[in-house]
Amino acid sequence: MSKIISLKDAVSVINDGDSILVGGFYAVGTPDDIIDEMIKHGKKDLTVVTNDSGTPTEGVGKLLYAKAIKKMIMSFTSLTPITPELVANGEMELELNPQGTLIERIRAGGFGLEGVLTLTGMGTMVEENGYGQRVHLNGHDMLYHTPIRGNVTILEAYEADEMGNLIFRRTQRNFSEAMCFASDIVIASVVKPIKKIGEIDPDDVMVPGILIDYLVQQEG
Amino acid sequence: MSRLSSKELIAKRIAMEFKDGQLVNLGVGIPTLVPKYLPENVEVWLEAENGIIGAGPPAEEGEEDVFCVDASKVFCTIKTGGCTFDSMTSFGLIRGGHLEYTVLGAFQVDKYGNIANWSVPGGRLAGMGGAMDLVTGAKKVIVATEHCTKDGSPKIMDKCTFPLTGAGVVKYIVTELAFIEVTDKGLLLREVAPGVTKEEVIEKTGADMIIADDLKVMPV
Repeated sequence: MSKIISLKDAVSVINDGDSILVGGFYAVGTPDDIIDEMIKHGKKDLTVVTNDSGTPTEGVGKLLYAKAIKKMIMSFTSLTPITPELVANGEMELELNPQGTLIERIRAGGFGLEGVLTLTGMGTMVEENGYGQRVHLNGHDMLYHTPIRGNVTILEAYEADEMGNLIFRRTQRNFSEAMCFASDIVIASVVKPIKKIGEIDPDDVMVPGILIDYLVQQEG
Repeated sequence: MSRLSSKELIAKRIAMEFKDGQLVNLGVGIPTLVPKYLPENVEVWLEAENGIIGAGPPAEEGEEDVFCVDASKVFCTIKTGGCTFDSMTSFGLIRGGHLEYTVLGAFQVDKYGNIANWSVPGGRLAGMGGAMDLVTGAKKVIVATEHCTKDGSPKIMDKCTFPLTGAGVVKYIVTELAFIEVTDKGLLLREVAPGVTKEEVIEKTGADMIIADDLKVMPV
């Protein structure tokens, strides 16, 4: 069975209320085509886990302005002025995590680990807000964070073969590699024409295709 | 040589700390000026937390790669010999003791080595991004800041009042007036800028300081 499906079929696997892990850093590596299609189909009440909120016209920012999100877990949101409004109005819950803690929580979720232990965030809002819980192990204090998993991961890759083996370009990779492990369903939007199986050298693969459920071919 | 501005003086003094081949991360603002003042025989590798070792200057107009941005969302180049990677590796480098210095600005810094640089009470909601991981994980944290706020109040104080980025993490504070080390016994004034007296530094600092027995003039 081919993993290549239409945009419409791809977003049909996303249900209202789902937890979605979205790859990207400043929207580099975020699949704008999938996000636009989600908005077109009126997806709502989503929990979104992502590094940052992009901008009003790029990446996750578009979901914010479409009011499709009920909860965000992310590390920064400086370029979308609507974020503080949604939080202040009680329309959206926001959990800010340090970037390195967030990626490790996702890794833990995808790698079969029971959580993250880190010194990052001790004595800060991360601890005060209860996002991380102080524990005492090995003779000193640290913060414990739970693992994160999603229903669906969406991301953008530069190249792929029909098996789903992925290659990223430059800073496109960011959160996506870990996110491919951490959801029940993984959808990759591919920039370059998708290759036949065997056309990507095994040593060049950055994410094993076995983790990828669906591929969407970008236009142009 | 023309007189250095406050920001240039701070950057030039910090550049003297770097050694050839070190991996460093530079925050926005004054820290980005540091590479300009590196001695000719010193080359450092800049880490961008979205996944680059060897982040270079902005790309020339027309030469931008849309998949290559630095941690400030600038389309950047990558120095020859540099490489790219995902966020798990990026924060492994940051937390794992592989980053020699992180240099960053601050709203407030105190005698315990606490730093507040990500959130102002009542200010615009932004998020901490990678700042908490950087100040916790880097081997040495250097705060690059003007000595006082625009209205003349001290930024170096007994105890930070803004939300912390990290507790007990700062090693050096470099301002246009002084080079200060955070020690177990408190703040140690090690150098004053050319033309600045220790009395002026004491007057403009909101915490007690120990004056080094061998107090020097900054060699800038």
